[in-house]
Amino acid sequence: MKFSEHWLRTVFDPAISSEALSHVLTMAGLEVEQRDPVAPEFSGVVTGEITSVEAHPDADRLRICRVDIGTEALQVVCGAPNVRVGMRVACALVGAQLPGTAVKQAKVRGVESFGMLCSERELGLGDDHSGVLDLGSGDAALGEDLRKVLDLDDYAFTLKLTPNRGDCLSIQGLARELAALMGKAPPPRPTHVVAPRAGDQREIRLEAGSACPRYFGRVITGLDGSAPTPRWMIRRLQRSGVRPISALVDITNYVMLEMGQPLHAFDHARLQGSICVRQARAGERLQLLDNRVVELQSAHLVIADDSGPVALAGVMGGEGSAVAEHTSAVFLESAYFAPEAVAAASRGLEISSDAAHRFERGVDFELAGPAIERATALVLEICGGLPGPLSEARGALPSRAAIEFRPERVRRVLGVEIAVDQIVAMLRRLGMTVQGEAGALVVVPPSFRFDVNIEVDLIEEVARVHGYERIAPSLPQGRPPMLAVQERVTSVEALKRALADRDYFEVVTFSFVDRQLELDFASEQNPVELANPIASQLSVMRSTLIGSLVECARFNIARKQERVRIFETAACFSRGADGFKQVERLTGLCYGGAMPEQWGDGGRIVDFFDVRGDLEALLGAAHLSFEPAVHPAFHPGQTAQVFFGGRSAGWLGVLHPRWLQKYELAATAVAFELDLAMIGTTDLPVYQPLSRFPPVRRDLAIVVDESVPASVLKASILGGGAPLVNDVNLFDVYRGKGVPDGRKSLAFRVLLQDTEKTLTDAEVEAAVRKITTVLQEKHGATLRL
Amino acid sequence: MSDVDAIVAQALAEFESAKDGVSLENVKARFLGKSGLVTDLLKQLGKLPAEQRREAGSRINDAKGRIEQALEDRRSRLREEELERKLRDESIDVTQPGRGQGRGALHPITLVRSRIEVLFRSLGFDVAEGPEIESDFYNFTALNMPENHPARSMHDTFYVEGQHHLLRTHTSPIQIHYMLRNPPPIRVLAPGRVYRSDSDATHSPMFHQVEGLWIDEHASFSDLKGVVIEFLEKFFERTDLEVRFRPSFFPFTEPSAEIDMSFGQGWLEIGGCGMVHPNVLRHGNVDVSRYQGFAFGMGIDRLAMLRYGVDDLRLFFQNDLRFLRQFA
Repeated sequence: MKFSEHWLRTVFDPAISSEALSHVLTMAGLEVEQRDPVAPEFSGVVTGEITSVEAHPDADRLRICRVDIGTEALQVVCGAPNVRVGMRVACALVGAQLPGTAVKQAKVRGVESFGMLCSERELGLGDDHSGVLDLGSGDAALGEDLRKVLDLDDYAFTLKLTPNRGDCLSIQGLARELAALMGKAPPPRPTHVVAPRAGDQREIRLEAGSACPRYFGRVITGLDGSAPTPRWMIRRLQRSGVRPISALVDITNYVMLEMGQPLHAFDHARLQGSICVRQARAGERLQLLDNRVVELQSAHLVIADDSGPVALAGVMGGEGSAVAEHTSAVFLESAYFAPEAVAAASRGLEISSDAAHRFERGVDFELAGPAIERATALVLEICGGLPGPLSEARGALPSRAAIEFRPERVRRVLGVEIAVDQIVAMLRRLGMTVQGEAGALVVVPPSFRFDVNIEVDLIEEVARVHGYERIAPSLPQGRPPMLAVQERVTSVEALKRALADRDYFEVVTFSFVDRQLELDFASEQNPVELANPIASQLSVMRSTLIGSLVECARFNIARKQERVRIFETAACFSRGADGFKQVERLTGLCYGGAMPEQWGDGGRIVDFFDVRGDLEALLGAAHLSFEPAVHPAFHPGQTAQVFFGGRSAGWLGVLHPRWLQKYELAATAVAFELDLAMIGTTDLPVYQPLSRFPPVRRDLAIVVDESVPASVLKASILGGGAPLVNDVNLFDVYRGKGVPDGRKSLAFRVLLQDTEKTLTDAEVEAAVRKITTVLQEKHGATLRL
Repeated sequence: MSDVDAIVAQALAEFESAKDGVSLENVKARFLGKSGLVTDLLKQLGKLPAEQRREAGSRINDAKGRIEQALEDRRSRLREEELERKLRDESIDVTQPGRGQGRGALHPITLVRSRIEVLFRSLGFDVAEGPEIESDFYNFTALNMPENHPARSMHDTFYVEGQHHLLRTHTSPIQIHYMLRNPPPIRVLAPGRVYRSDSDATHSPMFHQVEGLWIDEHASFSDLKGVVIEFLEKFFERTDLEVRFRPSFFPFTEPSAEIDMSFGQGWLEIGGCGMVHPNVLRHGNVDVSRYQGFAFGMGIDRLAMLRYGVDDLRLFFQNDLRFLRQFA
């Protein structure tokens, strides 16, 4: 909402500076977003009238003008094409300071010039530089300071009003609010009453119940639709950000800005029969003033005549009944439309207008009458004509319910003591009626407040008028509860820190991705979709973070990063049996060297086992197991399903070569994705007595087929040597000379121990024989000697 | 037996000229070995007349002792020299960089989020999360924004497959989930990702908020101001910042305020806050005749920008490693 400060001060002058006014409004919840001077600084410019225009002897384009500035007549050389005798102009005197230039006495091609006639652009008032500014037939005396004549020492305020304060969307409303804030009585509202001078009238029928319980109409005949809008009105409209169109439209806009009541002027000659306010009928169409044709539905409230809809109520008029220059009679409308009724049409049809903006927030239901009287008076003044009688159709108006108000609640909610009589005075200044005892008041809010319905709404009003700044901060009393801490749950925070300590960088990427990423990295044909994505490449909710990390790696590789180690924790989305499923995942990706580039290192490229090592360091090798698996993102021979505490927790794999190529990753990349809910929670440790007997170590080198997983061999060793085998560890893997093709040699360290006694050699040998037999029988293993 | 002194002198000289342990041991053999010069002298003692034997024996033993002492001194010096040589050879360039894995970093958003959590935990706050795909009910209706409420249109909502589910536009729905699961008194902090259909240097379609909720029998607007101001002072580690509470409107709080902060030059919007609206408390099954409380919400990204001097919100989501390394 934009308004002219001077206009506001003509209705209520708070007697404070412009800056102070801005602060008062902002700190009352009417945020001043901008406060701009309506014109740049300049001085020494006065009104003048051109009394003669002569050609310049030595220049075709220049003219010598005599300009009467009241006290004297000046000779001014001017190059503008539009100067003519009798024209009222802005004349900058010698010594005048214009934006960017100073005016000096000069000889222009040999002719003395004692000033300068200014264009709109030269004064910083606009962009027009086609000729000098025509001040028209203003009644200002000659030689008057232009800043006074055009009221240029004004500021245009831009308010960022919250949607609950529709009552402040007008000069009257703001003045009323400001007076209350300053502790003053509200300014009076204009009370014109126009006596009818003609009999013309239109029948009005209300058929939409509470959507439109009040409608005023008036016919004005014999007017001049082409009359010019007065300059003062144009100025106020422009400073309010409203473009002048024609006198009749400007008047309705002006009254809306002044009083807050949107009005509409129909061309009386273009309406047929009676006016009816009703819900639209399915299939009806209406061409609006902006030429859009809308298909109406029964949820839309319309103004109709005998031919059908002529306006979308409270939103926009129809093209077919619009006023124009040749209009000689109007039907003025001033009505109360309920917020929901207007919102249904403006949102449903996506049409915004100043009228809809106000009706949606609530327009005072007592305002329609005074506003149509005011508009009528302005029409008669500007366009002439004969007013008909005021017609009113009326149903059940909204009511303002009484609110029970306990002043002691003010102290409890705000934490500040305010005397009851002060509270009562504040509420009364805001237009509320207050009755009852000091301990239990009954408050009825005014018709213009749609946001005051319950006790806490009144407490807020008290806080606002008292001033938030005057409520002292305090710290709440009472001991905070001791928080529960789960010892064996590793927090996400701790996991993130552990990864960062292992040279991973945390990234944060968008939860919505390109559909293709879902297809490639999750084989997801049917991802959760956004109805209104911001861009097509951000249109589906991801079910895996792998694609986002691949994109992030690609971004960094393109910026000359040779090594990328990144991770992210975020929700992944899919469809579940009952709604959408959201699983928090921890996903990492490594690309480039296993180690940072350094001396004494061969520059080995990261592989599966480097990243597996990271996971083991992160979560504890004892809790993890890895089984061969298949995943769409990964190389089919280098993929593992990850188990934590025996439960499936995610995936680890080398990125499929197909994706490396497609996503421009020059070397291999390894990624993991874990469900956060499945990892990090372990059992509380329970102490086991330490064995007093020394362990015996035996190294077993065995040769098996490539297809036999190490984890299976390990399990067999543990099983075959039970109960003596205490620990098994793979310490070497060998392929090549001495080992047949298709087979591999694995060396395990086996620790044997008895809790009861020291093992004898014979017992150890027996156990090892049993293990080798199991390995041979189950896995076709041979001992390598 | 004047040759005894000569032998000692000779031994001392030869020990001195031995350059390493091996040649020293060879020299030693020549004097103290089985057929060494000193051993020979001792062997000849028997041939001396008895009255001279005692004195000669003492002189020879004394000479032997001097030679052995000299040998031990020389040995020790040689060992010392050898160690010094070894140490010299083993010296390294300690200015070469260390080997092994480097150190990564947490994202600045996480750094700020953790910091906020730590500060509020110290005030007894629990930390809760909630779903990012929300129902229309939790995101709007339960927060006192019924259908067609004008505030809804201010949210630039992303809808998910129809109009009943959406990407949460704020962290406030977590309030409702939490109140329904936990009876008052309540102190809870709810950080997380939120979404609005808006994108430029100061708006990202995905960003982060943190929501705080305090419900008990007395929590007042004055307490809200105190908690928020103390938090900002502790978060920014300075007490010279100005904080102001500017009346505003949120459907879920009343009275409502915008939180503005200043380091001395102009006000910056940090977040919104207010006393929880009774309708919201009712949706959380809280007895409004007994309990009241306040809520506040702040932009984590915004706080991170101010804390680290980042001037473009989009940097947080580009994940340029050169940017992320600055937070190591």
